[in-house]
Amino acid sequence: MSRYTSATDADRAAMLEAIGAASVAELFEQIPEEVRLGRDLDLPEGKSEPEVFEHLAQLAARNADADSELCFLGAGMYDHYVPAIVDAILSRSEFLTPYTPYQPEVSQGGLQAMFEFQTAMSELTALPVSNASMYEGPSSVASAAYLALGARKGRSRLVVSRGLHPHSRQTLETYARGFDAKVVEVGLRDGLTDPAELERYVDQDVAAIFVQNPNFLGGVEDLSSLAAAAHESGALAVAAVDPMTLGVLRPPGDAGIDVAVGEGQPLGGRLDYGGPSFGFFCATEEHLRRMPGRIAGETTDADGRRGFVLALQTREQHIRREKATHNICTSQALIALGGLIHLVWLGKHGLVELGELMVRRTAYARERLAAVEGVELLHQAPVCREFAITVDAPVQDVLDACAADGIAAGVALGRDYPEHANGLLVAITERRSKADIDRLADSLGRAIAATRASTREAAEVSA
Amino acid sequence: MSEHVAPPRTAEVPTPMQRERATTIFERTVEGRRAAVLPLSDVPETPLSELIPAKLLRERPAVLPEVSEPEIVRHYNRISRRNFDLDTGPYPLGSCTMKHNPRLNEKVAALPGHARLHPAQDPKRAQGALELMWNLERSLSELTGLPHVSLQPSAGSHGELAGLFLTRAYHEDRSQERTRVLTPDTAHGTNPATVTMAGYEVVKVATAPDGGVDLDDLRAKADETVACLMLTNPNTLGIFDRNIREIAEITHDVGGTLYYDGANLNAIMGHSRPGDMGFDIVHLNLHKSFSQPHGGGGPGAGPIAVSDRIAPYLPVPRIVRRDQPAGQRRDFAFGSEGSNGSGPSFDLDHSGEKSIGRLRGFQGNFGVFVRSYAYITSLGADGLTEASETAVLNANYLLAKLLAGRAGKHLPLGFGERCMHEFVLTGSPAAKELQVKTLDIAKRLLDYGFHPPTIYFPLLVDEALMFEPTETETRESLDDLAEAIDAILAEAEEDPAIVTEAPYTTPVRRLDEAAASRRPVIRQPLG
Repeated sequence: MSRYTSATDADRAAMLEAIGAASVAELFEQIPEEVRLGRDLDLPEGKSEPEVFEHLAQLAARNADADSELCFLGAGMYDHYVPAIVDAILSRSEFLTPYTPYQPEVSQGGLQAMFEFQTAMSELTALPVSNASMYEGPSSVASAAYLALGARKGRSRLVVSRGLHPHSRQTLETYARGFDAKVVEVGLRDGLTDPAELERYVDQDVAAIFVQNPNFLGGVEDLSSLAAAAHESGALAVAAVDPMTLGVLRPPGDAGIDVAVGEGQPLGGRLDYGGPSFGFFCATEEHLRRMPGRIAGETTDADGRRGFVLALQTREQHIRREKATHNICTSQALIALGGLIHLVWLGKHGLVELGELMVRRTAYARERLAAVEGVELLHQAPVCREFAITVDAPVQDVLDACAADGIAAGVALGRDYPEHANGLLVAITERRSKADIDRLADSLGRAIAATRASTREAAEVSA
Repeated sequence: MSEHVAPPRTAEVPTPMQRERATTIFERTVEGRRAAVLPLSDVPETPLSELIPAKLLRERPAVLPEVSEPEIVRHYNRISRRNFDLDTGPYPLGSCTMKHNPRLNEKVAALPGHARLHPAQDPKRAQGALELMWNLERSLSELTGLPHVSLQPSAGSHGELAGLFLTRAYHEDRSQERTRVLTPDTAHGTNPATVTMAGYEVVKVATAPDGGVDLDDLRAKADETVACLMLTNPNTLGIFDRNIREIAEITHDVGGTLYYDGANLNAIMGHSRPGDMGFDIVHLNLHKSFSQPHGGGGPGAGPIAVSDRIAPYLPVPRIVRRDQPAGQRRDFAFGSEGSNGSGPSFDLDHSGEKSIGRLRGFQGNFGVFVRSYAYITSLGADGLTEASETAVLNANYLLAKLLAGRAGKHLPLGFGERCMHEFVLTGSPAAKELQVKTLDIAKRLLDYGFHPPTIYFPLLVDEALMFEPTETETRESLDDLAEAIDAILAEAEEDPAIVTEAPYTTPVRRLDEAAASRRPVIRQPLG
């Protein structure tokens, strides 16, 4: 079905005449016979707009989304409220439909948005340099490793905390084989990166350490002491941070972290089953010319007016080719703009208030759930927006039972942390009220009791 | 330009937008203003330092703007007008495939079942999403002629990196250490950058006079140290390489893999498939061929399709489909369909002994998959084939119109006679004869209301202008573009300064890019 094109038969005839070709087929004659498909594509025929909408709507209806149940899922992406102005502004075609600002004279809106984004991220992380965004979180962690190996030439090891998101650790492993670097893992002690073990691993061959704050199990790390341990051996300290917690938590730059990266989804992002979101990449001044990706900079035009351009482009692939600091081309301009607008909407005080609300509700939820029969806290470390528990029953059955109550109770930890087979990660945002938390606690209590009862029954039957 | 008034030829009278000084949102701060109102606390107001040790807390708030909501809306609306966009005018950026972005796709992507689905949701409660991804994988497999697909890579460059990691895993599994990757000198810049990042050495292969790969040079460089040859076909000159089968044979004979950069797929959908040409690994740009809006530079997605021998190394998790006999199946479905116990179910498979592992978090850019799936469903087999036909027709028509005018003399075609979906002109004669460079022509086009083509790429064409009009431009808009370029060349014949001083009407005029790199100011200084 012809869609979104406009050539009529008359157009086609006139155009072919101008070209001097007898048919459209003739234009494809440069494709040799032996590599022509020679048949129709084995795909369904095109459909009308109402039919396409119905089909996609039916697929969407088969997903349990965060509007249709009470969502305590986190593990890197969170159900924050996205202010209405984010969608309204992002749907403007001036932001939605242009490409990369290679022609800055007609891309000032996008370039200024990048400049404002960089300012906001730099301010949040307390690091002077920010780029205009990366693909997403975990690949930004791997990109920080590429920077670190370049900045610490000759060193070949990367030390990661087990508190770093499993997806980040796995992505780093994938990339490290290309970098010819070895990844070494440091364990957790009561929910936090084990400082003694870290110290043992960090030596003159380590290019960087990688920690996360709050870490994957929700624990708030002491970034200063971790960074100090790295610096003692001349290694860089890289932290993956959650931007939504930076209203209350000590920013990485103040803690001596050299490179802060992270997943931007909590800021203005949709859940979108995992993407597209944006990643961010901030660093100390000394790494400015090693930064990956696009960076907007301020300049003036021929008449002296203030304007913005892509700065330091000689780092990038389209200029530097094989000597580029990274291969990234696409940034996540549109989604990063959504993050910026959310931050601006929250403003200087709103971000702090939101952080405080999260910390207090998380503390309440942790206490409330710990009091449930069959629930134990997985660790005692301080938490901010997410915490881990262990349930005294098969966790998948418990989750299924809560789902029947209309609650997504949390993310099971067993696959990534086999040592916590019945571990559960519970996330709190400003959207989860005290009443919601109470509902979760009650449902979880019932689910654990029922699961234990049916397990007992099954045991008795088989006995 | 019969129906159009020629734009100003000087900057004497500034436009209203030029009179406006660019002001950032941070500069609009007034202490005490705010936009957000948050829910009141319904839990004990414990001091934060009793919940988290004080040394781990932030000492002073980040200096974010203090502005009201109406000001935020007005600010971003105003700066948005300082962008040129595809919905306003033609955007013939070569190699970027700036085709129409259907709003239907935005509408279905925004459905709560898609946009509000948490990525850690239990797969049995995300069956619609997994089925959509499965269907998209199957469609891309058919379009590329390669049996296995992973949607995970976030962008074309990410797909390239995946392709070289797959290549590395493939060779290592055969206990072979290979160190070099061949790329033609016409390659996209991401290709060589990716090669370095994946730990390989770049070796450039020359281009023959007809615009294709120089086979003799390829034969000379293809040996047992070569891990991979990265290629796009049609290439960045818009020329389909007729020797592709032979190129594949040469590469495969020395044991290398053949990688297809899918940036130019829009030329051949339904006509030719990389898998049938002999490619082992392909990345596709969903933001190019499959209509995901470019968003000012993202988001996109760069799925990869691979042959059987590469499949064991694909990233995890993979989407799997399980066909189960009726009645023997757990209730995997949520909502409408499937609860009758028949039909397939879908899951995420995290195993994969030989997999290269993960390339990113979660399942990939799902929101992009929704849009591209809607696009493929809308067009179908016939529509996708027609899209490529019209893209090639439009490119050849624009080329013919240009060459029939002053461009025929001043901006001739770099290689060949006809093209596929894009073509590259050389501004070398214009630079010599008229003293206007490609950059000047591009800047003057802005005054005429067009986004310029890609310029100074590919590198082997001097003063290159690379046009890709796409299938969604009308014949009239192509006529207008050709006439604008003709008018600019006429201006240059009359007085080159008209062109070399341009643009005159844009929100700002030519910007000092060198200064921005010499003394970088990359953030607003805050008090």
